Amino acid sequence: MEFFAISLLNGVSYGLLLFMLSSGLTLIFSMMGVLNFAHASFYMLGAYFSYTLTGWLGFWAALVLAPVGVGIFGALFERYVLRRVHQYGHVAELLITFGMSYIMLELVQLVWGRSSVDYRVPAALDGPLFTLYGTQFPMYRAFMMAVALSMLAALWLLLTRSRVGMVIQAALTHPHMVEALGHNVPRVFMLVFGGGCALAGLAGVIGGNAFVTEPGMAAAVGGIIFVVVVVGGMGSLGGAFLASLLIGVLQTFAVAVDVSIQSALHSVGMSVTTETFGYALLKLKVSQVAPILPYLLLVLMLIFRPKGLLGTRED
Amino acid sequence: MKFAIKSVAACAMMTVAAGVFAQNGQTVKIAFIDPLSGPFANVGQNQLKSWQFAADKLGGAKSAAGVKFEVVGFDNKGSPQESLNSLKAAIDQGFRYVTQGNGSGAALAISGAVAKHNERNPGKEVVFLNYAAVDPALTNEKCDYWHFRLDADTSMKMEALTSFMKDQPKVSKVYLINQNYSHGQQVAKYFKDAIARKRPDVKIVGEDLHPIGQVKDFSPYVAKIKQSGANAIVTGNWGADLTLLVKALNDSGLKLPMYTYYAQVTGTPTALAAGGDGEVYVIAYGSANQPGEIGALSNEYKKKFNDDYYTYATYNGINLLSGAIAKAKSIDPVKVAAALEGLTVKSFAGEVQMRKTDHQLQQSMYVTKWQKVDKKYPYSVENTGYTFAPIKQMDPYIASTPTSCQMKRPG
Repeated sequence: MEFFAISLLNGVSYGLLLFMLSSGLTLIFSMMGVLNFAHASFYMLGAYFSYTLTGWLGFWAALVLAPVGVGIFGALFERYVLRRVHQYGHVAELLITFGMSYIMLELVQLVWGRSSVDYRVPAALDGPLFTLYGTQFPMYRAFMMAVALSMLAALWLLLTRSRVGMVIQAALTHPHMVEALGHNVPRVFMLVFGGGCALAGLAGVIGGNAFVTEPGMAAAVGGIIFVVVVVGGMGSLGGAFLASLLIGVLQTFAVAVDVSIQSALHSVGMSVTTETFGYALLKLKVSQVAPILPYLLLVLMLIFRPKGLLGTRED
Repeated sequence: MKFAIKSVAACAMMTVAAGVFAQNGQTVKIAFIDPLSGPFANVGQNQLKSWQFAADKLGGAKSAAGVKFEVVGFDNKGSPQESLNSLKAAIDQGFRYVTQGNGSGAALAISGAVAKHNERNPGKEVVFLNYAAVDPALTNEKCDYWHFRLDADTSMKMEALTSFMKDQPKVSKVYLINQNYSHGQQVAKYFKDAIARKRPDVKIVGEDLHPIGQVKDFSPYVAKIKQSGANAIVTGNWGADLTLLVKALNDSGLKLPMYTYYAQVTGTPTALAAGGDGEVYVIAYGSANQPGEIGALSNEYKKKFNDDYYTYATYNGINLLSGAIAKAKSIDPVKVAAALEGLTVKSFAGEVQMRKTDHQLQQSMYVTKWQKVDKKYPYSVENTGYTFAPIKQMDPYIASTPTSCQMKRPG
């Protein structure tokens, strides 16, 4: 029970972090159809901006200013780069964001160096929030969860209950009609892209000090956020939320399972030794492959339910 | 007048003394083959600077052989395949000494290629100085005459570490957590082997191998460690895999002593400091607060590069080469390799010897502990306000392990 409760808590909080990371990506994809390969780089940029701003103005100012900075950077990228290649279709857009991720990585290394930076959790949030069965639950994790949940609520309200959200939704399906009504559709797209990047930046501000702020951080999460978006259903915010929690919990519990095919066969009376064909594969424990499970899920999802858990896009 | 005569005489004597050696004034060029770009570039860049710094400070007039050393970097991008390309480029450019350290896969590739090259190109032999690749195979079943290891291999580090842990009565249940590749697997294997001999009462209560560089959140592992009732952790993890593990441990409030290999490597101390206090031990062949010449060198390095000098193998490496060149009276790799065998030189901690049977350097080992800087140990690692304080120094014989190497010598 003790282990179950703590693992569930760990899984949910990790899942919420994943949601924070992927919400911007799924937003941009659902609104613009652009699969932004550089998304994780914006996450990294958020962490580095926040590291520098924390040194100047403190963490709370950085929490606001760093995502804004990343958002502006993203909006400029959309305005001057992405919009130009938009006419050549999605492949060109995808390739240009792919190239952008490399440029941003090198830029970050030139500005902040190749090593990790000393970006710490603020003193006010450092320490345990409560103790469960003798294991502390850090305050910062709770903060992370709260930010992720408020992000979900704010996004949902913005998109479905506000005027801006309605224009955005309308621009997605009927761009010409919206334009005829006097709205500047390209600017709406620029705002959406900037907003998505700002969300990634916010995740960076919070993830950067919870984990390690280093040039490799973008590559470390790049794969997993695509899994979240695909499993959740391309472009579905609710799906991304569900998929994040699913992956977080799945991965956390898989770590705890020390069962292998070998031990399973052993329990039904078959013996597997080093001589058995495929021993290397048979002796693998579930806990060993836990971090790979999300990718397995991705492949299975694409085979059996290509539109994802809550996806609506058919194309 | 008297003074003038004396100085002239002194000058003349020095000239004579120096002129005895044929190699005097020559330059030994060393090719440094390691990642200089990509995710591990920070470590490679630091170590290239360390080699160049050691070459600069210990070569020339200070060298026993009176030769200069020049170290040039070749980027192998961390891959064995690229290492072979770099090696070829270096040989084509006339380098006769190569050094590499990050990754035993690359080290094995270079060692094999060097052996082949030397066999096929007599008169153009190359010597390989391995300063950090710690796979025991390199000095056992896959040992080679042209390969010399300056670091202590995993079996030696485990010998030393378990000798230290043997005297820690509170350690009774150990949890092993390692990266799932050759190094991590060897750490687990050699630890189990050594602790069973020295402290049969110590139980291994859990063992995890996780994919390298894939785990973002270590809290599930920490929950598992707590569940197991372990009272110590042994890990060969490095880089983000180590810092994230330490952070997750701190977050959960699980205060367990951790025995590690690579907490001092570039970037890790900064992340450790961000994670706060923790009982972290490092087993290595040096410590951050070394007195004497190497301490002065560390301070100078820090002033010059604002970075830490922790690859002391570069210090031993240059001094060993100097010693061998002086002994061989030549910079010819064939003669130098022969002179290196069994060579003993003075190091920063007693003497070190390049064992003849397997070309593994026999040296003192240290256990150091992560703590805030104080008067006694003032060296602030990566300017964090923390340092690695030496807890125990062990003589070379303690860490010495037998070898199965059947060295084939040329000729």
